[in-house]
Amino acid sequence: MRIRITFSKTEAMRYTGHLDLHRTWERTFRRAALPLAYSQGFHPQPRLNLACALPLGFTSHCEVLDAWLEIDLPLAEIEAQLSPALPPGLVLQSMAQVDNHAPALQTQVQSADYTVSLLDTPADLQSRLDTLLSSTNILRERRGKSYDLRPLIEHLEYALAASDAPPCLLTRLAAREGATGRPEELLAALGIPFENTRIHRTRLYGIE
Amino acid sequence: MVLTPEEIYLRLERILPTVQKPGRYTGGELNQVVKDWQSTPTHLALLFPDIYDIGMSNLGLAVLYDQVNQRPDALAERAYLPWIDMEAAMRQADIPLYSLETRHSLAEFDILGISLPYETLYTNALNALHLAGIPLFAAERHNSHPLVIAGGHTTFNPEPMHAFIDAFVIGEGEEVIHEIIHAHQVWKQSQLPRTELLRSLSKIWGVYVPTLYEPHYLPDGTIERIEPLDDNAPRPVLKRIVPVLPPAPTRFIVPYIDTVHNRVPVEIMRGCTRGCRFCHAGMINRPVRQRGVEEVVNAIEAALQHTGYEEIGLLSLSSSDYTHIVELVKAVGQRFAGKHLAVSLPSLRIETFSIELMDALRDSRRGGFTLAPEAASERMRAIINKPVSTEQLLETARQVYSRGWTTLKLYFMIGHPSETIEDVQAIADLCKAVLAEGRKVIGRRARLNPGVSTFIPKPHTPFQWVSCDTIEQIQAKQALLKRELRDRDIKLTWTNPQETMLEAWLSRGDRRMAQVIYRAWQKGAKLDAWQEHFNYPAWQEAFAEAGLDPAFYTHRSRPIDEVFPWEHISTGVHRKYLTEDYLMSLSGETRIDCRQQCYACGILPTFTDMRRQHPGEVWQCPEVKTQKVTVIQE
Repeated sequence: MRIRITFSKTEAMRYTGHLDLHRTWERTFRRAALPLAYSQGFHPQPRLNLACALPLGFTSHCEVLDAWLEIDLPLAEIEAQLSPALPPGLVLQSMAQVDNHAPALQTQVQSADYTVSLLDTPADLQSRLDTLLSSTNILRERRGKSYDLRPLIEHLEYALAASDAPPCLLTRLAAREGATGRPEELLAALGIPFENTRIHRTRLYGIE
Repeated sequence: MVLTPEEIYLRLERILPTVQKPGRYTGGELNQVVKDWQSTPTHLALLFPDIYDIGMSNLGLAVLYDQVNQRPDALAERAYLPWIDMEAAMRQADIPLYSLETRHSLAEFDILGISLPYETLYTNALNALHLAGIPLFAAERHNSHPLVIAGGHTTFNPEPMHAFIDAFVIGEGEEVIHEIIHAHQVWKQSQLPRTELLRSLSKIWGVYVPTLYEPHYLPDGTIERIEPLDDNAPRPVLKRIVPVLPPAPTRFIVPYIDTVHNRVPVEIMRGCTRGCRFCHAGMINRPVRQRGVEEVVNAIEAALQHTGYEEIGLLSLSSSDYTHIVELVKAVGQRFAGKHLAVSLPSLRIETFSIELMDALRDSRRGGFTLAPEAASERMRAIINKPVSTEQLLETARQVYSRGWTTLKLYFMIGHPSETIEDVQAIADLCKAVLAEGRKVIGRRARLNPGVSTFIPKPHTPFQWVSCDTIEQIQAKQALLKRELRDRDIKLTWTNPQETMLEAWLSRGDRRMAQVIYRAWQKGAKLDAWQEHFNYPAWQEAFAEAGLDPAFYTHRSRPIDEVFPWEHISTGVHRKYLTEDYLMSLSGETRIDCRQQCYACGILPTFTDMRRQHPGEVWQCPEVKTQKVTVIQE
């Protein structure tokens, strides 16, 4: 059976990369004694599928994983076995059964919301935002290729925090295959050092 | 002022996003143990002086972590060295080396235990002390500083590090760590000077306190004698052993990032009965003790439940010699069938039976098949006491290739005593013959990876009297191999001769080496085990400034009666046995597997009572039948 898990990746796993997260899920299922389906062949791999890679250093409460099990089990039972096996840093949000032939997660994601907490706030932040948003294109270079960041920014606003929490930027960036807006690129365009922020993914759009 | 854990956390917040693999520095993994700092009386930090990726795979520290954290009155936390970029960032931000569990500066712990399994960690250990703000020299530490102890295989010659370590554990740590913690607790209550703590530690079996001894040198630089400065200081310091291997740890910390051995390690057997004359581990880990099949399988099961690992390593110095290896492999195969579990079974003997073992572990055909002939000519194999016939090796290779492995790894060593260029040529010839066998079976798919390391005459082995090859000799031998083994299907690897020299100086050194290590570290030597950071000129300069000749330590064969710097440390194996074995090697005589016949290495008379109390096959030594046996003094 194919199950879809929505989960949080929290502080303890903030610095675990995509491949290592994949391996952490495999081990979680193994601890839970839930029989993951494995691929055929010489090097069988567990059938696990993550929707959208979360960059190193980010946290999230909207990550999505598809997992294939060798047997059919009631969702409640799966959850009861999985929950105690979760490592620090992974929290279950919800779980559902998905049609085996549903399209792959990666092809469904359209865009993502991020909350960027600012540990230091530049005095002229609002004007930097205004300049950025009024630009028709923002040419940037990544891994030797130049691209336009502007069309990938679907939404961007500055939000003053209610209490003593740091102020933050709320943004929605494209997250389609081949057209991904990266929060760290946005920060670079705004002249804010990445290490002076905390980035949290809050929502993925497009998954049925 | 020492930073608080909260201050360290806040500073880390800003620098972690800027360094490579920040997951090395956060802790918080599954199965880490976090205890309340305030209410736990004794705080022990366990430091592996290399990066997390390497240190997390060290079974010794995992065992001690488990042992200590089971006590309600003590806590153990981990620390590793930062990589270059993180070290620079930490120094810039004044962050001391801290523990992963609670982010306390290492300077705040009661005891700092450093693992020293190999010599190229020495400068890292100094660097770690420096990063932690702990005085490097033991003599400069006060009551407020942690007690700095070290253990691991290198401590069988502790002298090069004597100036930096307060007390060394010689031998196995599972029991002695508790006695050290107890001694520390008693001392802490007493408020006596630090020297009293050291004196009480020296009374514990297996603990060596270097300040209680003084070596006297002869004019030629060799040692005349090693004088105990305290009436109660043991002479020799006998290594600690456990009579029976304690229950294997099963609640391993599961890293969130990849590490070198990212798997469950289960030690099935400690020690080796083969007696290869170059082998340090084989001499210092006697007697051979085994875990039962049921115990091993249950440990694997529990560990898999706790960790979810997809791979296990069944560890020993010689898997084929584990008495119940067939039964074990069968039991593992049955109990974990269909679980997609990879099993690694290292150190197999060169015989077709080994392939049957590997075949039985179906899922484990991941990498290549590894065999260690160590030498290629029959003459040389007799000298090193590892007799395997060439025909046997070729037959095994043939079987390996025909049963589905395309890559065979062969480990050899050059620089064995009395080795000639013909013996090295024999390695090349043998490699070609092995590959030819492979090609007969699977054609051009056959691959051969020979790994050729260089022999270092290690302390406490029958070869401790032997001289090392010079760099020029090693280079000439390596050049021959590189020339002869130029083939697209052969991937030859070798050891940098300069690194071999460093390891040889450090493993054979006396107390005067401490100054060399210190100077080399000051000149920037660190991460010596990492090829790209190895700083040979720093070591050469350090020797020159200390007025010492490196060749004195490495290129000199010793008279049979020379007093070694490690003479006051006893492995339980008698010097008489080592001498006899050395002389036998000179005439090419072998002594096969001591399970068949006891060669009286000295272990049994040293540990007679222990053996009598633990009869049966948990030890591979002969039984002690008589009720009263006189302990033979070395």
